[in-house]
Amino acid sequence: MSGPSTYVPQTGFTRWLDSRLPLVRFAHDTMLTFPTPRNLNFWYAFGAILTFCLGVQIVTGIVLAMHYTTSAMVGSVPGSSLAFDSVENIMRDVNYGWLLRYVHSNGASMFFLAVYVHMFRGLYYGSYKAPREVLWILGVIIYLLMVMTAFMGYVLPWGQMSFWAATVITNLFSSLDQVTGGLKVGSHIATWLWGDFAVGDATLNRFFSLHYLLPFIIAAVVGLHIWALHVPGNNNPLGIDVKGPQDTVPFHPYYTSKDAFYVGLFAILFAVLVFFAPDFVGNPDNYIPANPLVTPADIVPEWYLLPFYAMLRSIPQKLIGVLVLGGAILTLAFIPWLDTSRVRSNRFRPLMKQFFWLFVVDCLILGYCGSKGVDATVPGVPLLPLVWVARIGTAYYYAFFWLIMPIVGIIETPKPLPDSIAKSVLGAHAAPAE
Amino acid sequence: MRFALFAGLALGLTLAQPALAADGDQKPLKDVSFSFEGPLGMFNRADLQHGFQVYKEVCSACHSLNRVAFHTLDEAGGPGFTEAQMKAIAAGYKVDAGPNDKGETVDDKGNPLTRAGIPADHFPPPFPNEEAARTANGGALPPDLSLIEKARAGGAHYVYSLITGFHETPPAGFKVTANKYYNPYFIGWNISMPPPLTDGQVTFVDGAPNKIADEAYAVATFLAWTSEPHLEDRHRIGVGVMIFLIVLSGLLYLSYRRVWKDTAH
Repeated sequence: MSGPSTYVPQTGFTRWLDSRLPLVRFAHDTMLTFPTPRNLNFWYAFGAILTFCLGVQIVTGIVLAMHYTTSAMVGSVPGSSLAFDSVENIMRDVNYGWLLRYVHSNGASMFFLAVYVHMFRGLYYGSYKAPREVLWILGVIIYLLMVMTAFMGYVLPWGQMSFWAATVITNLFSSLDQVTGGLKVGSHIATWLWGDFAVGDATLNRFFSLHYLLPFIIAAVVGLHIWALHVPGNNNPLGIDVKGPQDTVPFHPYYTSKDAFYVGLFAILFAVLVFFAPDFVGNPDNYIPANPLVTPADIVPEWYLLPFYAMLRSIPQKLIGVLVLGGAILTLAFIPWLDTSRVRSNRFRPLMKQFFWLFVVDCLILGYCGSKGVDATVPGVPLLPLVWVARIGTAYYYAFFWLIMPIVGIIETPKPLPDSIAKSVLGAHAAPAE
Repeated sequence: MRFALFAGLALGLTLAQPALAADGDQKPLKDVSFSFEGPLGMFNRADLQHGFQVYKEVCSACHSLNRVAFHTLDEAGGPGFTEAQMKAIAAGYKVDAGPNDKGETVDDKGNPLTRAGIPADHFPPPFPNEEAARTANGGALPPDLSLIEKARAGGAHYVYSLITGFHETPPAGFKVTANKYYNPYFIGWNISMPPPLTDGQVTFVDGAPNKIADEAYAVATFLAWTSEPHLEDRHRIGVGVMIFLIVLSGLLYLSYRRVWKDTAH
């Protein structure tokens, strides 16, 4: 896709460097002249937005780590821990520490908001279909790493939700005991993860170590993700291949300017959260120091994991619940082969488009179910427990990928595709406008 | 429509209303307004100083304020005491001074060694340890108040409703546990804390009104500050950041339109 390089070194030094390590040439070809479809819309800005998020998290995280104490041990404040105290120290005594921490904690939410939009966009426009299967799978790996990183980050302040989230999630592994008989493989795995016989200081220390490590692995996989993007080039809202130079514009200044504007808008939303509602997405219980003897009334994860939490809780049998949870994320890796349609974009898939929006609604409903207590019912309908809504939601989640995608791809008659991006853009509405 | 979807994704997950009330369920919190609420909210210095006085004269008998240092009392965005007032407040407290250079932690009479507080000290706790606190309070542990308003849903509204929420009549059939008090704003309705305030209990130095509601309002404000001491900074910087980002985004929009002016897309 990139085609032959058009870079011409201008100075003596860059000519010298270019024949030894063509770093400038690489940057020139990937960030400046890279041919990009001219019809990318708003939803394609989320790649740049996510890069921004990763940068913000790494920079704020490194500084926070300078002030954070990784210890579940009791310090000078009774009933608390050094970890909790150090976070409060950041909030109260470190210069602009409150800003760093609020940016970092809300940054996680903004990161997930962006990644979900990015994933739904890929799903809608068929960006996972050949030749972009590896690009998509790398994305699934990044998402999985993000979930792990966010979960371990949430544990670090060592508040009540930190502690109990760590307890619930690590205990999921003990469900393996149900199939390994007297060997208790699951319990051994849980003990190994804890580094102790319960969630404690050892667990906190390893979580911090991994929380610091994983973002750099994410950055590396993002590098691969972008590499895999630059081989076939961007998909686009029409889902048709680029036919020639008339279909593309150079990445710079066209998409640098467009992405920068949308990153600006995203930053406004980010700042509203940080400065005017910094605890909006948080749980008040996490401002109570961890106490292994007091279980909170409701243990809830952060909003971005609620749909998966709803799936887990909707299954009465623990091991099957865990498998359903894991399978829900693993399923994403198979999408390129589950979709049998020869058309990428849902713009030309009248039937699939409806199932897609139903899927988006399904994820929101699952999220709602996950946010409520175990015994909650549908608002206004006391006889309909939410757990049944979550079961139907979980069934649809799986059906969407494993039944609807393969079947609709075969039975659906897609609308006619435009000949080319250029024709669609320049010709008088050759394609159905959207 | 794009932005509606964008915002909807965030909001859709947070729409939540409880269904039916059962015994022990928290009553909806009282609707009072505080000066520090909203994006431009700032603390009212008089409320903060009154609230400090309520904490000092009433709450501090049982509740610690472990995370608050005296030196913050004269810092910007706080109660606005002068440096001299702050030092006098600190000096009015006795803080733990043991062990001394002989390794002793108690004096000749067996009392713990103490000294007058200095600005770097934190508010000393009313009890030496959890067990002493529980023994003195019928088995219940009065929570530390430093972070209480961030640790309870509703924040200042919760504290205000709780303190003013005693003396209501329990619904028929609800039995208040022995040695506990009925308070519908406390989850479970049985609270170990006796009604802490009475009308006129705290005489404010400036002679401000001191009904229970006034005292509760003041201490709810003070505890909002102890929970979030940099709230004023946050709001002030936030306004600047918003203006900057909106101007920046406007310029970025213009440059985006300029770049794409002659390009169909």
